[in-house]
This record gives sequence, structure tokens and C-alpha cells, in this order.
Amino acid sequence: MDALDLARWQFGVTTVYHFLFVPITIGLSFLVAVMQTVWVRSGDERWLRLTKFYGKLLLINFAMGVVTGIVQEFQFGMNWSDYSRFVGDIFGAPLAIEALLAFFLESTFLGLWIFGWDRLPRRVHLATIWAVSIGTILSAYFILAANSWMQHPVGYHFNPETGRAELTDFGAVLTNKVTLVTFPHTLAGCFLTAGALVLAVALWHLIRRPGTDQTSAFRGAAKLGAWVTVVAAVATLVTGDIQGKIMTDVQPMKMAAAEALYETEQPAAFSIFTIGTLDGSREVYSLKVPDLLSWLATGDFDGEVKGINDIQDQYVAEFGPGSYTPVIPVTYWSFRLMIGFGMLAALAAVWALWTLRRGRAPASRWLLRTALVLPLLPLAANAFGWIFTEMGRQPWIVFSEMLTRDGVSRTVSTGEVVTSLAGFTLLYGLLAVIEVGLLLRFAKAGLPEPPPPTDSGADDTEDRPLSFAY
Amino acid sequence: MDLSTLWFLLIAVLFTGYFVLEGFDFGVGVLLPVLGRDERERRVVINTIGPVWDGNEVWVLTAGGAMFAAFPEWYATLFSGFYLPLLLILAALILRGVAFEYRGKRSDPQWKARWDKAIFAGSLVPALLWGVAFGNIVRGVRLDADHEYAGGFWHLLNPYALLAGLVTLSLFVTHGAVFLALKTTGDIRVRANAIAARAGLVAAVLAVVFLAWTLVGVRGGAAAVVFAVLAAAALLGGLAANRAGREGWAFLGTAAAIALAVATLFSALFPDVLPSTLDSANSLTVDNASSTPYTLKIMTWVAVVFTPIVLLYQGWTYWVFRRRIGVRDIPDA
Repeated sequence: MDALDLARWQFGVTTVYHFLFVPITIGLSFLVAVMQTVWVRSGDERWLRLTKFYGKLLLINFAMGVVTGIVQEFQFGMNWSDYSRFVGDIFGAPLAIEALLAFFLESTFLGLWIFGWDRLPRRVHLATIWAVSIGTILSAYFILAANSWMQHPVGYHFNPETGRAELTDFGAVLTNKVTLVTFPHTLAGCFLTAGALVLAVALWHLIRRPGTDQTSAFRGAAKLGAWVTVVAAVATLVTGDIQGKIMTDVQPMKMAAAEALYETEQPAAFSIFTIGTLDGSREVYSLKVPDLLSWLATGDFDGEVKGINDIQDQYVAEFGPGSYTPVIPVTYWSFRLMIGFGMLAALAAVWALWTLRRGRAPASRWLLRTALVLPLLPLAANAFGWIFTEMGRQPWIVFSEMLTRDGVSRTVSTGEVVTSLAGFTLLYGLLAVIEVGLLLRFAKAGLPEPPPPTDSGADDTEDRPLSFAY
Repeated sequence: MDLSTLWFLLIAVLFTGYFVLEGFDFGVGVLLPVLGRDERERRVVINTIGPVWDGNEVWVLTAGGAMFAAFPEWYATLFSGFYLPLLLILAALILRGVAFEYRGKRSDPQWKARWDKAIFAGSLVPALLWGVAFGNIVRGVRLDADHEYAGGFWHLLNPYALLAGLVTLSLFVTHGAVFLALKTTGDIRVRANAIAARAGLVAAVLAVVFLAWTLVGVRGGAAAVVFAVLAAAALLGGLAANRAGREGWAFLGTAAAIALAVATLFSALFPDVLPSTLDSANSLTVDNASSTPYTLKIMTWVAVVFTPIVLLYQGWTYWVFRRRIGVRDIPDA
């Protein structure tokens, strides 16, 4: 392995890891804000206890999202400096705007939310968690605009004198059709993740510890989480379907790679799974749904879907000799695993809703087992979604403009990248163990005691205590 | 003034914001084992920066993002060239951020002691290495004709840059001690005041030597001289206020000293952004490293509209949490 491979592995490892925390942060800060709003509006103390309970899980997760995000912003320059030079004029702007508009908002207001419980008037304190939620969603928009530009560059021209891509229309970058569909798709994935987490924890309490003073609160949380999961899953399907058609238009190779479709077909079938010979050259068995790929790619059950070989020939004619085909087993399986894990989570949520219908108490041991793996399903779906979209773009780092191998830092040695990759892997592994341990501990601990009544009428006086979160 | 010069200034402002704000919370982290003699005291120390440290850290993300957007060549060469120091800074910031959030999540003393070590090291390492990095930026590094870094890791550890690291470390410790004296009551306040006096003396000596070395031996200019003199005056003023027990003024003094020191470095650097020690033709400058005027124009609008809003709500946070805290305020765990 050379520095290029290692830099790619590092980007993959750190990005997939970062994106374990991001969807929980985005989805859960919104759901905690919803819970707190219900409490503020209704005065129902169950929702206050749920706010504090899920808020704690949010904070444990949030810290990891923040610190692993710093690495993301630095590693473009560290490992991908030629890429940074090439795209800085375009790609840097959304990153800087993300920091200025989103990171400041979420970090500052999260501090106010954590420490402001007894310090801020109730409605102002509620506003702080909404500000956090808005910050996380804004952040998603700008970073996805940056990523979508790599998938489908728009609003720029190539300057042969400087050898760089230069921005000509920032509006076009922000309204890139890939951004406009990737943003809702990713957000839906985030809500799916957070909904499943809220549901899973609540189910565990309902089944393992029935009939306590927490039961009715966890019923509310389970229903909220389950509905969010189901609705978000439908939203991922709808947006994912639109995304597939746009992808077929702007990155036909990626669509062909998603199906491992070598020859152009009309109509084209979608295979649920395929077993091939070990060298991958021949298909042994494949479960196929006729015409489905034509629909996914073109919106027409009889549409033509271009195969890998044709697109490869076309790209050689357009960009010169070389392979323009991604690693097909990776794209083929990541595409299916993304959809499969997401839908499994949705099925679990439907099942949970069924067991909760009309005041019934869920008691199934199988549902309890499902609850234990449920939080992992959307995380896996998210990870495979990113692996698909990034690996499906290969060999390009910026589609049609720059190859990944040309974007790497030339002056960074293999030893340096090894140090970095090993360091991050070890550190991230250690932190993952600690983080999961804490999450389990607090998830099992259950709801905090209802707080003693306070004189909420008094305003911000000097002798009111601070909330000491640390 | 053209836009690339404006963005040079804005990046200087962002780093100023970063060092003034995160400077004191690095200092607080380094002083944790010194000032926090028992668990209650350690909680007082950490809670003084509890609500604000994360917002402070965003300044460096914005500075980095702004560098990427406004000066891609600078961002690319600097971040790939200063690879290992940045890696250490990243690891330190990761550990430190997680430590603040996780240390109080379990009551086990060993758990807390480990995270306290992470807070200490995670504050010390960046406080030192940011200085080393900026020392090297001002001094210049070996850049080849492609504006790529041609030196090695050890070239970054030259005496001038190491001195710069000690300056930032001692300044941040002083700044943190002054901040703690301003934000606490009782015994911690008294001891923080005493530490500020001692650390301040060290910082003053190191800073004066460093600024003189910069202006005489490295690079200078009239503006840099003025800023350096003002920085030294602000630091001495802050230390005098600290001695008189005027903590608010002392904090203003150390904050101004850090801001003026950053101003000294950036004005000495201008119009280069990363000078080459091999051949001045290889240097990265505000002109040859910058983005296109169109990108800079958009970024300028965004910055003009949103920076004041950020300053307003961050300022409000400091107002909300303006009260001093002491061991009496810490509830039983």
C-alpha cells in the first residue's frame, strides 16, 4: 500500500466513523427539541424527564461528532492537498460558511442548553435547543453541497492557466440538483437513525421493566420514535428514488455499478442479491425483479439502462485511456445493504407500533432482542450509503474533472500517513468503546427523578444556582 | 484594499478570536492539576469554561475553513507541510473535547483522574504547538518552486519556532489564570491570582524576547513594531491590574496582549502568507495563494452579515454565565 491507498483508507475510516455520530446528533437534537416543546407547552412532566434522559444520550454522542468533525476539516489539506488546491475556490466556501453559520450556532447554543436549565427563562431555554437543531441541519446542507459538487460539478469553469477549477456561479453550487435531493435523503436517514434509537431504548424499558412510574413516559417515547422511523424510512425511499434518477442522468456509471450491469439492457431487472463464482466473472444464481432497475434509473419500466462496458468505452473516448469503472462488488453490495438495513429498521418500527396499539404493553422476547440491534441498523444503512456514493464515484475525486490519485498530497510520506491512520484508528477505537459504554449505562439507568418544583416566575437573579453539567 | 488583502485581515481576525478565547480555556486546562486540589475545586475550574469552550473552538474551524476558501494554496501547503504537528493538535483536541463531556458522567475517581489528564495534555499540546506552527509561518519554511513544503518534520522544530511555542503556552496559562481569578470565588481565586503573577512574568520575558527576535532577526515593518510594543504594554498593564486585584482589567490586558501579538505576527508576515526560506520567489503571498475575486466577494458578504451575529450571541453567552463560581456552588456529586 502506498500513501494514496493509505490516505483513502484514512478518509474512509474517519468519515464513516464521523458519520456514526452525525445522524444521531442531527436527528436526536430535533427530537429532544420536540420533547422539550411538548413539556413547555403542556407542562406534562413525563416529557421533561424524557427530554433530560434523551438529552443526556444526545450529549454523549454530540461530543464525539464534534471532535471527529475537526479531523474532517483538516484532512483535506493534510492528505489531499492537490485536491484542495484544485477545488479550493469552490469547495472551501461551503466549508467556511458551514463553520460560520452552523458550527458556531450549534456549539454556542449547546453550551447554553446544557448549562442554562436554571439560568434561562423556560422559553428562552427551549429556543436554545432549537437553535442547536437548526445549526446541525444547516451544517448538513453546506457539507452536502460541497460533496454534491464532487459528484456533479456545476457553476464553475476550468482555468487552464492556473490548472484549477474556478467558481462562476455560487447559486448554482447551492442549488445543484444533486444537493437538493441528497439533502432531504440524508436528513431522512438521520431521522430514521434517531427515531430508531429513541424507539429501541424505550422498548427495552417497556419490555424489561414494565409497570413502573416510567412506563407511560417510555410509551410516549416509543410511539414518537416508531412513527419517526416509519415516516423517515418512507422519506428515504421517495428521495432515494429521485436521487437514483438524477444519478442515472449525471453519473450513469454509478447506477450501472449499483446493479453490476455490464451490458446495456432494455428493460433492465434489479437483482435482490447475486451469488457469483469466486473470481466474480460468472453469475451462479441471482434473484431478480424484472424491469425494476429500468424504473429506478429512468422512471419507466421499459427504460434503457446503460451498462458498464458501454459507459467505460464512452469515457475512454471522452477522457482518454484508463479504467473508469468503480470496484463493482463494493458498489453492488453497499447499495443493497443500505436499502436492506434501512428497511429492516422500518419493519421493526412497524412491529413495535403494532404491539403498542390501543394501550397494549409489548412483552415479546423477540421484540426485545430486536430492540437491542435496532439502533445499529440505520447506522449500517448510513455507512453503506456513503460507501456506495463515494466508491461509486471512483476513480474520480471530482467527477469528470480530477482523478482521486491526482488529489493526494505529494509531499506527505507513507510513514506519515501510516502514523496518522494508525493513530486515528486506535484513538477512535478506544473512544468508541468508552462512548458505547456510557450510552448503555445511561440508557439503562432510565429516566431521571422528576425535579422538585421551582419558582419559575423568578427571573435571572444572582443567587440562582448554575447547572453544573461538568 | 483588494479582497485578498481583506481576507488576509479576516483570517488574522479569526485566529485572534481563536487565541483570545480558546487561549484562556487552554490555560484553564493546563492549570487544572495545579489549581484543582480536590474534586470540588477541579469541578469549579472546569465549570468556569464549561458553557463556552466548545463555541471558542469553532473559531479555529472557521479560520481553517476561511483559509481553505480564500487561500487554497496556503491551506494546502500549510496543512500537508505541518502534517505531524497538526496530527498531534487534532489528537489533543479530540481527547480534550471528549474529556470535558465525559469526565462527570461517572463518579469513579479513577475515571475522573484519567479524563483530567486528558484535559491537561489536550490543552497543553495545542497551546504549545499552535505557537510552533505560527513561529514557522512567520519565519518561513522550505518551499520549493511548486510552493510545496520541501522540509521535514525536524525543520519545524527550530529554536525560533520552539520559543514561539513557549510564548503561546505561557501567555495562555497566564490568560487562563487571570480568567480563573475573574470567574471564581474564595481560595481558588486567590491562588489563581498568584499563579497569574508568576506565569505572567515568564510570559512577559519570553514574549519580549520573541517579539524582539521577530522584528530584528526574522521580519518586521513599522506596523509590526507598533503592535509588538502595544502587545508588551498590554501584557504589563494586565499584570499590573492583576497585582492590584482588578481582575476585569487584568483579563482585558492579557486578551489585548494576545490579540496584539497575533496582529504583530500577521503584519510582519504580510504580504506573504507563507514565506519560503529557499527562494523568496517560491513564497506564497496574498496574491499567488488566493482564490478568485468572485469567491472572495461571496465570502465577504457572508462574513460581513454573519460574523456580527455570531459575536452577538457568543457575547450573550458570556453575559448569561457571567457569575463567579466557587466550591460552595458545587452540589454534592
